Amino acid sequence: MLSKSLFKKPKNELEAQHRIKRKTDPAIPSELCRSCPSCKQLSFTSDLENNFHVCPKCGHHFRINARQRLNMIVDPDTFVEQHHELSSFNRLEFPGYDEKLEQATLFSHENEGVIIGTGKIDNREVALFVMEATFMMGSMGQVVGEKITLIFEYARSHCLPVLGYTVSGGARMQEGMLALMQMAKTSGAVKRHSDAGLLYLTILTDPTTGGVTASFAMEGDIILAEPEALIAFAGPRVIEQTIRQRLPKGFQRAEFLLEKGFVDAIVPRSIQKETVKRLLILHENPKGGNKNGSI
Amino acid sequence: MEAYKRVALARKKSRPTGQDFIDNLFTDFIELHGDRCFGDDPAMITGLGFLMDLPVTVIAQERGKNTKSRVKRNFGSSHPEGYRKALRQMKLAEKFNRPIVCLIDTSGAFCGIGAEERGQGHAIAKNLMEMMSLTVPILSIVIGEGGSGGALALGVADEVWMLENAIYSVISPEGCATILWKDASKSKEAAKCLKLTAQDLYELQVVDKIISENHRDFKNVYRELKIGLYKSFQKYQALVPEQLTEHRYQRFRKYGAIETHSE
Repeated sequence: MLSKSLFKKPKNELEAQHRIKRKTDPAIPSELCRSCPSCKQLSFTSDLENNFHVCPKCGHHFRINARQRLNMIVDPDTFVEQHHELSSFNRLEFPGYDEKLEQATLFSHENEGVIIGTGKIDNREVALFVMEATFMMGSMGQVVGEKITLIFEYARSHCLPVLGYTVSGGARMQEGMLALMQMAKTSGAVKRHSDAGLLYLTILTDPTTGGVTASFAMEGDIILAEPEALIAFAGPRVIEQTIRQRLPKGFQRAEFLLEKGFVDAIVPRSIQKETVKRLLILHENPKGGNKNGSI
Repeated sequence: MEAYKRVALARKKSRPTGQDFIDNLFTDFIELHGDRCFGDDPAMITGLGFLMDLPVTVIAQERGKNTKSRVKRNFGSSHPEGYRKALRQMKLAEKFNRPIVCLIDTSGAFCGIGAEERGQGHAIAKNLMEMMSLTVPILSIVIGEGGSGGALALGVADEVWMLENAIYSVISPEGCATILWKDASKSKEAAKCLKLTAQDLYELQVVDKIISENHRDFKNVYRELKIGLYKSFQKYQALVPEQLTEHRYQRFRKYGAIETHSE
């Protein structure tokens, strides 16, 4: 495409960068091989599946969907899903939202951007929520907020710990302020669960941003993260546009948050189940939660 | 009135700021600074004062009045220190059984390297969680622009009020237009779709009360707020702490709630 701006001198590094065309990946049938976005090397899909969808060459964690995560962390055949039927409707009559919801349902094979339920991890009962990136980037609307709240309320009344996987672009703007209110609602449910002396464990995955970072993602008693996951309140693009500077390498990645003291540990997929299991054992209390205590 | 006109009014430079409201609503105000962790955020004013004869904790976002003070106040966009300072004051209010008034006026929490490094998301999340269980009455008033999470971090209250020409939105109309239609000039349309005016939000039950405005003279606004705040605090102070926190929890629980829930 030719336009005047092509000949304009770039004002800063940021503008100049957009001129450089990205290299396209070689065309390989995606069902056989996948190229790693990090090291660009090819791996067999079967190898990736056997390796928790982690690049065997460089350790890059591929994005995976919520059901795949559940299979990795929960004991086989123990997951019982709750409120699968809940789906969103366009209450504000936001233009184009109905079509987006329809596409997201077809694309993700899910009704909404989070799956909740209970399951066993090494034979220990836990309440779980796992967010789904392929459903409108895991954005939080009323149904996502409601499901998260429901699982915390369920866990509180059944004295269960909560394990949550987050991946989200933030609050869903097509639901306006009703989406923003979900941040307060979920935080309230987390607080009540916490005040009942129960454990809440979060695992932040790539990417966790916006209203989800500024609510339940950062409210865990223990916050774990996957290697190199982007974890931010404002995404890097927004910051670059606000301050008109390039951001340092590795900014807002899990390792950066660890250094700044905002995550407890970085846990690669291969040892996630083992780590969660050990943490659950360390929090086992035969009385089932301290009703008077708070953290 | 068109939604975008409200946006322009809410952002108008001559509009009274947090400090004006403090001066006109409270007497003997003493500003208290600092979050005791990193620094003091000038975009957030916190302190104590009297609402008539009632000692209250005041938390106000301040965007500044002229270029110099706007730069000092970072145009009303707080860093994490601002939210942590606010929470520190709220905890003190709980200790000394003082009601809390929050005045919201920000285009959003600041997006910058320092803010991210010091945990902007974490600071907001912590406020949401802690405000939900504070055992003293909290009333929040959106006086100008209520920008997303940065506004909500002072908005978990027993009641949320809005001035007639204030706006409260999940994202700025410009941001929404850029993301959805890749065209910032469509922000007028976005403002309409986002349902960000006081009237829209009253209908959606996001706000409990609209304070009518007369742009040239805010005296009536101040008078109405003063009496309204005083009466509401009397009402909420009569509740026992469990009733108060239950009321606040249910206030937010209702958004998007399904009929049958498990408790």
